[in-house]
Amino acid sequence: MTDQTPALRLEGIVKTFPGVRALDGVSFTVMPGEVHALMGENGAGKSTLMKVLGGILAPNEGQIFIEEQPTIMSSPMNAKAKGVVFIHQELSLADELSVAENIWLGELPKKSFGRVDWTKLYDETDAILKTLNVGFDARKRVGDLSIANQQMVEIARALTVEPRAVIFDEPTASLTDAEKVVLFEVISDLQSRGVGVIYISHRMEEIFKITDRISVLRDGQYRGTLNTAETNEEEVTHLMIGRTLDLSRNAVTHEMGEVALEVRSLSCGDLFSDVSFTVRRGEVVGFYGLVGAGRTEIAETLFGLREPSSGTIHLGGEEVTINSPADAIKRGISLVPEDRKGQGLILGMNCRDNMTLPQVSDLTAGPFVSDGAEVAIFDQYRDKLDIRTPGWRQTVGNLSGGNQQKIVIGKWLSMRPEVLIVDEPTRGIDVGSKSEIHNLIRELASQGYAVIVISSEMPEVLHVSDRIVAMFSGRVMREFTAEEVTEDSLIQAISGIGADKVA
Amino acid sequence: MNNTTRANLIKQGAIWAFIVVELAFFSIAGEFLSVTDSAFMDFDNMLLLLKQSAPIGIIALGMTIIMINGNIDLSVGATFALAAIVLLDSMTWPFMQALGNWAIPLAWLFALATGVILGAINGLIVWKTGVDAFIVTLGSMLGYRGLVFMYNGEQPTSHLNWTLVDFAEAQFLGLHTATWFLLGAGLLLWLLMTRTVHGRNAYAIGNNRDAAVNAGIRVGPHFLWNFMLIGFLAALSAVVFYSESGSVNPNDGMLYELWAITAVVLGGTKLSGGYGSIISTLGGVIAIQLLRKGLGHIGADTETVNLVIGLILIAVLFLDRQLNRKGKEELRT
Repeated sequence: MTDQTPALRLEGIVKTFPGVRALDGVSFTVMPGEVHALMGENGAGKSTLMKVLGGILAPNEGQIFIEEQPTIMSSPMNAKAKGVVFIHQELSLADELSVAENIWLGELPKKSFGRVDWTKLYDETDAILKTLNVGFDARKRVGDLSIANQQMVEIARALTVEPRAVIFDEPTASLTDAEKVVLFEVISDLQSRGVGVIYISHRMEEIFKITDRISVLRDGQYRGTLNTAETNEEEVTHLMIGRTLDLSRNAVTHEMGEVALEVRSLSCGDLFSDVSFTVRRGEVVGFYGLVGAGRTEIAETLFGLREPSSGTIHLGGEEVTINSPADAIKRGISLVPEDRKGQGLILGMNCRDNMTLPQVSDLTAGPFVSDGAEVAIFDQYRDKLDIRTPGWRQTVGNLSGGNQQKIVIGKWLSMRPEVLIVDEPTRGIDVGSKSEIHNLIRELASQGYAVIVISSEMPEVLHVSDRIVAMFSGRVMREFTAEEVTEDSLIQAISGIGADKVA
Repeated sequence: MNNTTRANLIKQGAIWAFIVVELAFFSIAGEFLSVTDSAFMDFDNMLLLLKQSAPIGIIALGMTIIMINGNIDLSVGATFALAAIVLLDSMTWPFMQALGNWAIPLAWLFALATGVILGAINGLIVWKTGVDAFIVTLGSMLGYRGLVFMYNGEQPTSHLNWTLVDFAEAQFLGLHTATWFLLGAGLLLWLLMTRTVHGRNAYAIGNNRDAAVNAGIRVGPHFLWNFMLIGFLAALSAVVFYSESGSVNPNDGMLYELWAITAVVLGGTKLSGGYGSIISTLGGVIAIQLLRKGLGHIGADTETVNLVIGLILIAVLFLDRQLNRKGKEELRT
């Protein structure tokens, strides 16, 4: 490896924003044909660094070398032309346009008079899609594709040029385990073609599975590079957050109370059918399955957002009909939704207003909202959940993912629910805050809340749950207790293997 | 796959089905309620309808592009009036009068240039300041209308040129000059939006602006071009209309922006951008004109016509929403 020319080398990159030194002299090197992980907590500067590389931001100091040639990236197109392709974390597609148009967005092939050369466009796109081995063609509307296939479109964009370095920013955030396998194949294919891959992720198990080296950033500074084969999770975590973390399985058990929520053969059209389960006070029930297995839809039905087509819901032994979220809240069900930024928070509002949103109509003094009562609620849950914010006036959009999630949880705790449903509680949250959220969930259960956790991450489900419900395409495949569950049996259950045997 | 193409066909065919329903309704209702003896579906009446759709229609075509692009232009009515004034007034200037009939193309050029410049001002402000197009054009709507009144106060500006009137009233292959302009503009813009890189990029920008920016599309220049285009079309609309009428009131063109938006929305273009079609907008324009004419035919007055069109617009959009819901499993709102 040593005598090779690096595909990409950064030297002393500095990027400052007003008041912040986002990148402070970062240097690192990507060799051709290697998968190089870039890790760090949220706010460590990974995204900024990648934006610099992708030509979206210009560095204040430092130099980028592509194959040892000093280079200046002036725009995303410019970076792409030089062989550096950035695959965005959040899907950046126009869903009304065709696959081909999205892949060649910004550089559609032209004929005379600025006309689009459709034949060339579709032919070249189909050729690229063929190498990716996907089941759709160039003319398909992107909005009709599944999330995983949309991700493939995003990846296909990288292949319109002969790439030297491809940056993946959290590519698996919205993928299921099965879909990840396809992604990893694509990455190893890139690797075998001598492309340098930069892989950003919070997920340790992925990092250790596919990367060759790991570079770590902390607070905008470069902390070092480790060979993946010679290191372990603890060392990496230590480098990232400056302390070690306890990632062991949950062992603490506590007294469970009576059944808080019981669902009997609940169905909702094609989304899920014949779902039955119970949740007791003080218990954490994990729902694990592929995206589209119907987990989120069950939560939405319990929260009154969808109308069940059959089946019953019992709260504290009493059969109830839940017609709307307002109904659900009144009956003590709270939902921390999957999409924190889109569904859980109003990003432009401050911490206090977000937290008191569902009950603000009760917090009045005469015709006006009572400021004091609101602040009191905020203070109480800030202390209880250890939310780190300069004050209640802080705009929620400026907080880190972990603290945002705590605001959402605090919002629902302040409604004093019996049943708390948390959907993907740690999506896009860094390792340090992740375990805090996990501990918080355990603690809430021990205080007597009935908690349902929906997650696509196996370690998370295994870590927090007392019982695990495995789902596959709208059906409950199996229920496991924390003692009997193994990773293998769980994977089998959620991929529908041996479906007839267990069902 | 087949399902989605069928759904698309239904989506794009809906406006034409609506037109057929209108035609049927007014033909039948006209038998009983008509204030005149002539049938509603009379050929000449239909030709006239197309001609009368032209002024708002040409503007609506431009509005489609602006809205696909994710913007909106409220200043088109004022641009229309100002271009009309330039058209008529320029022909009275001494040097223009000396040119005889050669003044006509020159006056057209002045008027069209006015539209393009006014559009460019909107586009530049939207591009360079990043202020929302709604606000920018709300301001320019007031400002441009102010210019209209500064020109001649409350007085109408008039100039009748008979050569021009002859041209405007001519019928080629049965269709009026104005209709030809509407169809010609429709064809060119349809080609622009479906076949050219600029058109496809406009869809991409309206659909997902961040994605477009990340893909290196320069959003600002696209905005500028499209605003210049709608300015040009507003002026073209004025040229077509005032070549015949020869007199412009300072209040002319008021509410045209809203009629244009109504037609565009009726044609199925998304207010949020990224989806829409020029052809469907033509359908929307014709549907509105049919309603106006048809209701007039069965003896309704203008106030009633506006009320009915307003109700139908809301009903259509409600229906569209209901049809696009995916059955019972859909999230409640």
